[in-house]
Amino acid sequence: MLPHRPRHVPRLLRGYRPLRPGRDASDERADRARLRSRMFALVLACLTLMTLDHHPGSGSPLEPARTAMGAVFGPVESGTASVVRPVTAIGGWFTSRRSMRHDIATLQSENSRLKAQQATEQYQRNQLAEYQGLTSAADTLGQALVPAHVVAYGPAQSFSRTVTIDAGSAAGVQPDQTVLNDDGLVGRVLRVTRTTATVLLIVDTGSVVGGRVGASMQVGFLRGRGGLGDHGALDLQLVDEAEAPTKGDSIVTWGSKDGAPYVSGVPIGRVTAVYASLRESSQRAVIEPYVDFGALDLVGVVVPSGTRSDRGVIEADGTLR
Amino acid sequence: MRSVRVVVAGALVVVALVLQVAVFPHVAWDGIVPNFCLLIVVAAALVRGPAFAATLGFFAGLMLDLAPPADHVAGRWALALVVVGCVAGLMRQDTRIQATTVVATVAASSFIGTSVYALSGLVLGDAVASPGDLVRVIVVALVWDVLLTPLVLPGVMRLLTRLEPAGAR
Repeated sequence: MLPHRPRHVPRLLRGYRPLRPGRDASDERADRARLRSRMFALVLACLTLMTLDHHPGSGSPLEPARTAMGAVFGPVESGTASVVRPVTAIGGWFTSRRSMRHDIATLQSENSRLKAQQATEQYQRNQLAEYQGLTSAADTLGQALVPAHVVAYGPAQSFSRTVTIDAGSAAGVQPDQTVLNDDGLVGRVLRVTRTTATVLLIVDTGSVVGGRVGASMQVGFLRGRGGLGDHGALDLQLVDEAEAPTKGDSIVTWGSKDGAPYVSGVPIGRVTAVYASLRESSQRAVIEPYVDFGALDLVGVVVPSGTRSDRGVIEADGTLR
Repeated sequence: MRSVRVVVAGALVVVALVLQVAVFPHVAWDGIVPNFCLLIVVAAALVRGPAFAATLGFFAGLMLDLAPPADHVAGRWALALVVVGCVAGLMRQDTRIQATTVVATVAASSFIGTSVYALSGLVLGDAVASPGDLVRVIVVALVWDVLLTPLVLPGVMRLLTRLEPAGAR
């Protein structure tokens, strides 16, 4: 493979004829000592960094470094993503007949499922009330959406589910704003640079979202399981221990004051399994999110209406500004 | 010459990081992507030895810890890649460089790198997957890294060999 490495001559013996050719024992010892001291310094540096950054968030002294790194890497990631996007889109053109047939089957089963859902009247009524609440909330709160593309994904090896989007403070995005797409809730903004923002997905283990069961209007907390795969699951724990959600119920966001970090009424997912825990005397349900986290592309960031932005903003009434 | 080496090593790490977060997620298996930064560090270890590779690993890891989508405690990938650089460099000194040695070194490094990262998460109380997911991530990452070895390592190793200081040849 590689050419044979020429022997190293110790500095002291350079220019003299070596007594013994090649590296001698003292030379090797010096090398080991040098490596040991360097490893000591590097590991110490790593441990210092971890200690400094152990409480991530605005309090961390490494936050300026993260912002600076984001300012440099954000545009590089956005540029790369815009180059790659047409290539990844080609995959969609080669939709074979078989996969179309599969799509039809899926849609038919989805259709029958929806028909079955329609049959449950009470659910529908609550849903209607919910939608009315949602539209009035949108009117009164005056929210608008900043569109953005997902340009980078945190690797699963890092065990945290985060993505970078190509809208930053210049587009009007601020930390603790809700991120959603046409399927449902995606996550919230953690930190922004001028041109990019980092989004914590709701499937991350560090994410907690207030949720409301659509059918019973019960509230609870949804925690990410950090699961891999396209559909990571969420755990729902209801505040009222006597209530239990039923399988198939839809969950929407509960919302918090001033819509930070989550605005209310955004669909999150549906209940796939319910467990009763005797020890914790509360009900735990598993939620399958509506959003496909393996194929995120176009998302919207909920910003206050009238936010100054470097791009078109979708207002609550659907107009583009 | 020294500045050229630093610039080239830095550029390699930046390209690796961008491939890892912006390009390969589109073909990722359950979000697990090949760890290009680790491959660069292993290539450096095979060509230049443990001291250089550990230093490069520190800076590559620091970028992984701080560049945008990352949200874990900074220093975790830095520690993992410092260990990888040192171990891979020491493995090289014990054996001659052959194709099988390179693949074995990458496999061992990938295992050590992901494991050290996960362990540091356990110690710090940072987010860690369930044991089942953890094993899956380590195994799939290892397979990815070994698969990409013939495409990445020969070129990077040739580049680093060409830039090696004349005294060390």
